[in-house]
Amino acid sequence: MRGNRFALRSRATAPWAIPGAAALVVLAVVLSMKVGARPLSWAELSDGLLRFSGDRSDIVVRHVRLPRTVAGLVAGVCLGLSGAVAQGITRNPLAGPDTLGVNAGAAAAMIAVFAMPGLGALTGYVWFGFLGGALAALAVYAIGGSGRDGATPVKLALAGAAVSALLTAMTSAFILLDRDLFARYRYWIIGSLARADLITVGQAVPFAVAGMLIAVLLVRRLDAVALGEDTARGLGVRPGVTRGGGLVAVVVLAGTATAIAGPVAFVGLVAPHAARALAGTAHRWVLPLSALLSAALVLLADVAGRVVIAPEEVQIGVTAAVLGGPAFLYLVRTRKVAEL
Amino acid sequence: MKRRLVLRHGPLSARLDVRGLVLGAVVWLAAAALGFAAITIGQYPLPLRTVFDTLAGNGSVITYEIVVNERLPRALSGVLVGAAFGAAGAVLQRLARNPLVSPDVIGINAGASAGAVVMIVVVGAASAWVTAGALAGATVAAAGVYTIAWRRGFSGYRLVLVGIGVAAMFGSAATFLLSRADINAAYSAAEWMVGSLSGRSWPDVVPVAAGLGLLLPIVLASTRQLRVLELGDDLAHVLSPRIGRHRAAILAAAVGLSALATASAGPVGFVALVAPQIVRRILAERTPSLLTAAGTGALLVVTADLVARTAFAPRELPVGVLTALVGAPVLIGLLIRANRIGTSG
Repeated sequence: MRGNRFALRSRATAPWAIPGAAALVVLAVVLSMKVGARPLSWAELSDGLLRFSGDRSDIVVRHVRLPRTVAGLVAGVCLGLSGAVAQGITRNPLAGPDTLGVNAGAAAAMIAVFAMPGLGALTGYVWFGFLGGALAALAVYAIGGSGRDGATPVKLALAGAAVSALLTAMTSAFILLDRDLFARYRYWIIGSLARADLITVGQAVPFAVAGMLIAVLLVRRLDAVALGEDTARGLGVRPGVTRGGGLVAVVVLAGTATAIAGPVAFVGLVAPHAARALAGTAHRWVLPLSALLSAALVLLADVAGRVVIAPEEVQIGVTAAVLGGPAFLYLVRTRKVAEL
Repeated sequence: MKRRLVLRHGPLSARLDVRGLVLGAVVWLAAAALGFAAITIGQYPLPLRTVFDTLAGNGSVITYEIVVNERLPRALSGVLVGAAFGAAGAVLQRLARNPLVSPDVIGINAGASAGAVVMIVVVGAASAWVTAGALAGATVAAAGVYTIAWRRGFSGYRLVLVGIGVAAMFGSAATFLLSRADINAAYSAAEWMVGSLSGRSWPDVVPVAAGLGLLLPIVLASTRQLRVLELGDDLAHVLSPRIGRHRAAILAAAVGLSALATASAGPVGFVALVAPQIVRRILAERTPSLLTAAGTGALLVVTADLVARTAFAPRELPVGVLTALVGAPVLIGLLIRANRIGTSG
């Protein structure tokens, strides 16, 4: 009963929304495994997964499709959760890992480290990516939240754009003074699942799990914070603690996704809106639904990118922007942006 | 009270703002002086006397090549591009009644970049086609942003948010093209995308000079309509029922100015945003004069280019990196200020 007191409008569709989204993810996984430059039959697929013999289709299954699909799943779940938590703690429909400047921060930090000689291992870069993303998000939140009425959607989006512009300028300075760096940067800056391997994804999984745990712990508090600062206090929830914890979750999750797939725009922003449209605003539904829908979106966008100019590929970063950009514009245009 | 100078001659009278005039003169003179200084500075330093001699036709073949074919077009395109961005920014900020609206924030420059990158990378075209591509991209972006943001009126903040979305889409299209191109084409396109005056020659000066020559008079001639529009849509419609046409014309002129400037030098970031703001701060006035804003833009770009090409010598940074490094903190400062006094959101 105690949970119901915090629960906001929760629509009747919620019970089948989760299974439906899960089914969509399964469909996306199957498509992601089968579709591509070399379409695989069911027999080849099960052979490659269960009885690895080393022939070509097995190698495609194990070393191309499987890592790519797993990477898409993990990155998608991270992006969706991160966006949902970001929108929850800021009570802001335009919040997301990209509008908070996490992507630009991670890119700037990693490029700065690339530019410095002597730092070898890839794992090191990932840490700097986290750090850069965290600092950028903090800066955006501090700038956008200054003033009386806190972080309103417009203020936050503008602060995100300004900080991103500054970080992008720094990144440009680095890459344009160093051609080798530029040669690597131009691939890295577009989110893509093609370069994923299971080892990198494996390194990232603990972070993803940590971020998810924080998000799960925050579910009730997010509902309370959604009712407003004063009401949340009245319900015994300290908004400051919730925001701090939420920001950690946002940065860890978004940083993990960026480490796996590079910057992927708009997915983390759009998925929570789809989740709320299906299941209302209670976070115990919004968080898992957003994670599932986002994973499906990432995988389907990746599959679409493999098909659209076959035999060549369009990276997930591009397809996500092409699909997610109009959704962002729709939100800006139709919503009364000031409220959530 | 501000000091005004009032001139009367028969039925004609003009009221002049002394401080505004002085500031305008100062920034234009400083821009010109720095432009000449930029011609003397470089890998082969030339004394000013030699520069003037060469310009008068008395130089050697080498100095002619350096001054007339290399440094003069570069300095000139810096001045013109800065002026065009400054004027376009001032017009847009006054039109939208919002200090954050500028061609780079609302996606016009991103559109121009994407158009130009298509030309550089896909078509492999020379500068005339790059100009055409930039113009086409800017027009598409401006039309898109305007249509999407227009909803029974013109809210400055909706415009900005739509612009951010549109800019992100164009930006990802451009980075996609960069990743597929030959590395040299990609590098020059990337340099172009941040705004660069490196290697500008006379054909690059032409578009922005033509744009300023044609569009700046239009914008200056509609100062009165701009004043009316600044009162807000409702009042403007009462005062002048056909103000909608004027708004469209002024907007088109501002988009054209910034698109042509982008075609010449790439989207030199934040000049359009910052130049009018500097004028506003110095004069403590809400409506910066367009010519003064243009002069400030020119001064900004010429100064930034001089620093960008000398600070890391023998390497050069594109001028846009420098203007963005200076301009983005100004934007952040503006935001914090707007948040404090509660005029945003």
